[in-house]
Amino acid sequence: MSEFTQDAVKALSAYLNEPEWMLERRLASFAVYDQTPMPTIKDEAWRRTSLRRLKLDKIGPSLNGDAATELPADANAQMLDIAAGGSMVQVDGVRLSYELSEELKAQGVIFCDMHTAVQEHGELVQKYFMSQCVTAEDGKFAALHGAFWRGGTFVYIPEGVKAATPLHNALWSANGKTFTHTLVVLEKGAEAVFSDEFGSAKTAKGQFLHNGAVELIVGDDAHLTYVSLQEFGDNMWQLTHERGRVGRDGKLDWIMSIMGTGLMKAFQTLELDEEGGWGRMSGLFFGDKRQHFDLDTQQNHNAGNTVSDLLYKGAMKHQARSVWQGMIKALPDAQKIDGFQANRNLLLESSARADSIPGLEIEADDVSCTHASTIGKVDDEELFYLMSRGIPRELALRIIVQGFFDPIMQRIPFEGVRQRMAEQIIDKVGSLDES
Amino acid sequence: MTAALEIKNLHSAVEDQQILKGVNLTVRQGEVHALMGPNGSGKSTLAYTLAGHPFYEPTAGEVVYDGQDLLEMDADERSRAGLFLAFQYPVAIPGVTVANFLRQSINSRRKAENPDDKGISIPAFRRLLKQKMTEFNVDHKFAGRYLNDGFSGGEKKRAEILQMAVLEPKIAIMDETDSGLDIDALKVVSDGANRLKSELNLGMVLITHYQRLLDYIKPDYVHIMLEGRIVESGGPELALELEKHGYGWVMEKHGVSAAAEA
Repeated sequence: MSEFTQDAVKALSAYLNEPEWMLERRLASFAVYDQTPMPTIKDEAWRRTSLRRLKLDKIGPSLNGDAATELPADANAQMLDIAAGGSMVQVDGVRLSYELSEELKAQGVIFCDMHTAVQEHGELVQKYFMSQCVTAEDGKFAALHGAFWRGGTFVYIPEGVKAATPLHNALWSANGKTFTHTLVVLEKGAEAVFSDEFGSAKTAKGQFLHNGAVELIVGDDAHLTYVSLQEFGDNMWQLTHERGRVGRDGKLDWIMSIMGTGLMKAFQTLELDEEGGWGRMSGLFFGDKRQHFDLDTQQNHNAGNTVSDLLYKGAMKHQARSVWQGMIKALPDAQKIDGFQANRNLLLESSARADSIPGLEIEADDVSCTHASTIGKVDDEELFYLMSRGIPRELALRIIVQGFFDPIMQRIPFEGVRQRMAEQIIDKVGSLDES
Repeated sequence: MTAALEIKNLHSAVEDQQILKGVNLTVRQGEVHALMGPNGSGKSTLAYTLAGHPFYEPTAGEVVYDGQDLLEMDADERSRAGLFLAFQYPVAIPGVTVANFLRQSINSRRKAENPDDKGISIPAFRRLLKQKMTEFNVDHKFAGRYLNDGFSGGEKKRAEILQMAVLEPKIAIMDETDSGLDIDALKVVSDGANRLKSELNLGMVLITHYQRLLDYIKPDYVHIMLEGRIVESGGPELALELEKHGYGWVMEKHGVSAAAEA
């Protein structure tokens, strides 16, 4: 069993047959990791999420022999069955299947796993990988990821190309050591729809780790829709850094759903770097049992005339807990910006808990920034109204919860995925002891 | 066989405050009963108690509906048995479309009858809904809108009529369905109610403050409620008398001071 050491970094890089420059980056990240203390609840960003019980070195990195070489029988087969022009399945960061339509190939779309990208598109990866979005300095787990990342996806859409069909990627964790890296680059005027789905067996035992990173680079006039769906088993600890960067008149439509893990903490940041940039962050999360979700979002207006719009909606039941901490920042010369953030929480049982902490740091003076946060339970009058039309109580409750999530569901551009998420929501609502 | 709603000596409380103090009323399918009375006399409490709202606690008396003990049934069972409450203030359910909601309502009925029922097929449901929307003068765009969410007062009441048309109840309690309607909307809603009466042999309890509604939907009986009881019953002429003279004479006759009703 390996731990997170410098030797392990070298062993992983050697096993993957990486060029020198990638090894150097891994080692540089490792140096940051080594020097950064483990976050504790004394750190502001981690005040509500304790990692005390995470046995990081017991999990260790995913080295050569650890990865699964076939999809386990308990993998969610539906997750893999999505109509897309490009699709890929990875288990423990190892590519198992891969398809890219001739149409997309002819367009010059690059869609491949990250290791192939390092080998075949080294110049592009060198330019964009952990240099513009997520960097090792972002935190202990960004640094850990930089040192030990394995698997994930590279999407590159050349200038002016509108990818004809969506791209879909399924990332399954079997050995519980998951370090996927998503790097999406849209050059000027490019367009694409890309989706990552993360999963692991619901029955898996022991501590699993997903220490991922997502980097979304949207060039001038480019338009990216990125959908991330997470349905890990509840033995998973998920610690991620995700950042999208939007150029002049670019658009980033970023949609995420969080259903799984025992504990997750994500840093999700939108950077609007140039005038005319637009970014929308839509989040849906549903926790039950003892699940703990901690979402730390930032909308950074680094230029004037930019628009950001965040809507995160969560439902919690049993002893589940969610934390959303959001910040809109505007630099002094980011005038005429429009920033909006809203976090809506539905507590299905009084034992559940949601913390909602909006924030603004506005240095410009001609701006329109608003935030809203609500925490409430299912409305008795809504429940009665549905029941008064013959709908049994449990179904009425489901309908209300599904309705609560509907505005976000409508933003998911895959019919099959929407359908499956609706089923997951139904599953989670289940039956309740009280309302 | 026609259904009947028999209310016998019904008492009901809201937050331990006794509101209904012995209501007696029998409504058969095909009959139209107007229920009038000053604010606070218990009309809406009667409606909610009959529909099974959990905040309204029946404390004495009984209600027999179609041969069953209504007060023993949950709100959803009462609906499936054919009792319908048209709300004075229909509740908005954001994120749930009218179509989805009605399909679930139909399927809940089918499933209650046959646990193995797979529900109405989507095309059959669409046909049904379209037909009802056309028949009851409801804009077809309604189907895709979130239920009562952002609806105008008139739209909400029309949506209630549409629900009745789809769910085909036997007896409907219409709680101030005329409130907040302009004259055109009132006509559309009344036409709908009259159509349902003739198509379904619907029995109706019209809770209203105004004779105006009764010009469009002709009552067979008019009842006046005061302090939680029905104190006067008669024919349509009773409503005309109220229109002319107000409630003063009723209160005087039954020894209720106006101040007590305020």
